[in-house]
Amino acid sequence: MPKVKFEILESTCVPLPLENVDTDQIIPARFLSATSREGFGDNLFRDWRYLKSGEKNSDFVLNNPKFSGNILVTGKNFGSGSSREHAVWAIFDYGFRAVISSFFADIFKNNSLNNGLLPIIISEELLKKLHNLIQTDPSAKVRIDLEKQTLTILPTGDSVKFEINAYKKECLLKGLDDIDFLLSMKDQIADYETTKSMVK
Amino acid sequence: MEAKTLFDKIWDGHVVRSIKDGPDVIYIDRHYIHEVTSPQAFNGLKQRGIPVFRPGNTIATADHNIPTKDQHLTIHDELSRNQVERLAENCKTYGIEYFGLNHSKNGIVHVIGPELGYTQPGMTIVCGDSHTSTHGAFGTIAFGIGTSEVEMVLASQCILQPKPKKMKITINGKLNKGVTSKDIILYIISEISTGGGTGYFVEFAGSAITSLSMEARMTICNMSIEMGARGGLIAPDETTFEYLRKVSSIHGVKDFEKALEGWKKLKSDEGAVFDKELVFDAAVILPMITYGTNPGMGMAVNDSIPQSDTKGGSSSESFLKSLNYMGFKPGMKLLGHPVDYVFIGSCTNGRIEDFRAFAQMIKGRKKAANITALIVPGSKLVEELMKKEGLIKIYEDAGFEVRQPGCSSCLAMNEDKIPAGKYAVSTSNRNFEGRQGPGARTLLASPLTAAAAALTGKITDPRELLNN
Ligand code: SF4
Repeated sequence: MPKVKFEILESTCVPLPLENVDTDQIIPARFLSATSREGFGDNLFRDWRYLKSGEKNSDFVLNNPKFSGNILVTGKNFGSGSSREHAVWAIFDYGFRAVISSFFADIFKNNSLNNGLLPIIISEELLKKLHNLIQTDPSAKVRIDLEKQTLTILPTGDSVKFEINAYKKECLLKGLDDIDFLLSMKDQIADYETTKSMVK
Repeated sequence: MEAKTLFDKIWDGHVVRSIKDGPDVIYIDRHYIHEVTSPQAFNGLKQRGIPVFRPGNTIATADHNIPTKDQHLTIHDELSRNQVERLAENCKTYGIEYFGLNHSKNGIVHVIGPELGYTQPGMTIVCGDSHTSTHGAFGTIAFGIGTSEVEMVLASQCILQPKPKKMKITINGKLNKGVTSKDIILYIISEISTGGGTGYFVEFAGSAITSLSMEARMTICNMSIEMGARGGLIAPDETTFEYLRKVSSIHGVKDFEKALEGWKKLKSDEGAVFDKELVFDAAVILPMITYGTNPGMGMAVNDSIPQSDTKGGSSSESFLKSLNYMGFKPGMKLLGHPVDYVFIGSCTNGRIEDFRAFAQMIKGRKKAANITALIVPGSKLVEELMKKEGLIKIYEDAGFEVRQPGCSSCLAMNEDKIPAGKYAVSTSNRNFEGRQGPGARTLLASPLTAAAAALTGKITDPRELLNN
């Protein structure tokens, strides 16, 4: 798990206003044969980003020079389907540090938090507003303050508080790692095994 | 004492520690691993210079990235071969039991766990694969995890998880003819959408569920992830114990009778409170098929595609994009629509019962000329049984070829890809864009509906071909 710290992020956004984007779209299965975590960004949204001929699909947002930034703004139910963490590695490797949606699939959310990619849930209304704004003004910036748990759309001044569990927030702010934490508990885990575990 | 749900009982019994305002530290009884989502986790252990904490709790298999023909030869694709070799090597280094290619216990991870007796009631089970929910059919808390979490479990046998909310889905009544558990779960997902279960762990109950075999229950729990749920579970009962008794005697599971006493207590208490409860009537469920690019876009096979996604709540843009990919239009009927491929297999419907059902329908008939069929047993044991029961002969007489076990066309990491633009009636669990190969068009259905398509070459109501 990379030890990345997340504090404040201020960036323009890349809009992907589609719903139910599943992890097979984020990174198709045929790219999962690698045995390291690096390099998946090249194949992020592969089948939308490239035409069958292998050329870039100019209709797809990642190929549109108007839009850039470290924040991906998506539609409802983002990251459903497979548990492949490769989806998060691809998004992170491409350069995104936060994903905004009104609704994330559970495993995707956990995987994101475990890799320093911040998933932020906002209301459907605000999400719509944000999409409209980015379309009319691609230079519009969003500021994410993890410590304060606020997301601010800078040009409009809309500011909302987002949820994140306190433990995960602490991990992200300090770049802490779950495994170090679990390893520090080894005695307690061994105790549990002798007293409670049903598998021997 | 406070009434508890089955989920609460198992969860609470596995909490090693609760973190204030944070997740619980949950002890994992059984960890399944496979070649695709484990290599980066083992790399992590190496970098830290730490061992696998409890290698005995982990079982490994190669399934996602393997060919289904000529398994005795080396894997042609270099990356795939490398991945499988890395798993073998990692298992050896860390002392993990590994059922590699050609091993008599090899197969899809969610097929072999139950059939070898590793999955037992009351356990917590994880695997770097979302369909780990399958094992919930035995009254376990089983869920898919990401690779960072695989590393956590290898390192500490524990995982950090926030406790999900609880949902109960009750299905009462008798199933119609030609309706299988695959139809039940496709129906439920079409009703509540692919996000309807997000944040929840679901307990399935009711007379339509308890009447099902273990294989059929696994199909339901398997696809609970397709409604967004963290997992699904069914309280163990006589059917469960019977299955486990058989498996235990074959594979020598220790202390069966003693364990049985404990398993009998595994049920939700009377009056236990769920965060959400839904009730469905089995009588309204017909053979189902999907028409779109997520498992929630399903309907009765003789129905018409709706004009908009009223139940799933997707925007018309997403809905039409999906139909466009499938080459369909709103309002269209699918009966009679030509099909090119049929895939029978996967951790959803790759068990012996599924192949029996398929065989029953094709017996004495012939495969349609326009159909290419991929018939892929879920495991070596299933393949063995198919041989023993004479099913392979029935398949061959009808013009079908049976492959060797693996995930195969379910996610098309190997050569078993559906070509772009082609239609495949598939017994797997996902109809996402490109899931079965770039541009492939997947229609999810039961083994019976798939068999009917394989015989007629088009989308067909299986009830027309039932051999009583
Ligand atoms: S059969 Fe399909 S869904 Fe099941 S484990 Fe294999 S790839 Fe995943």
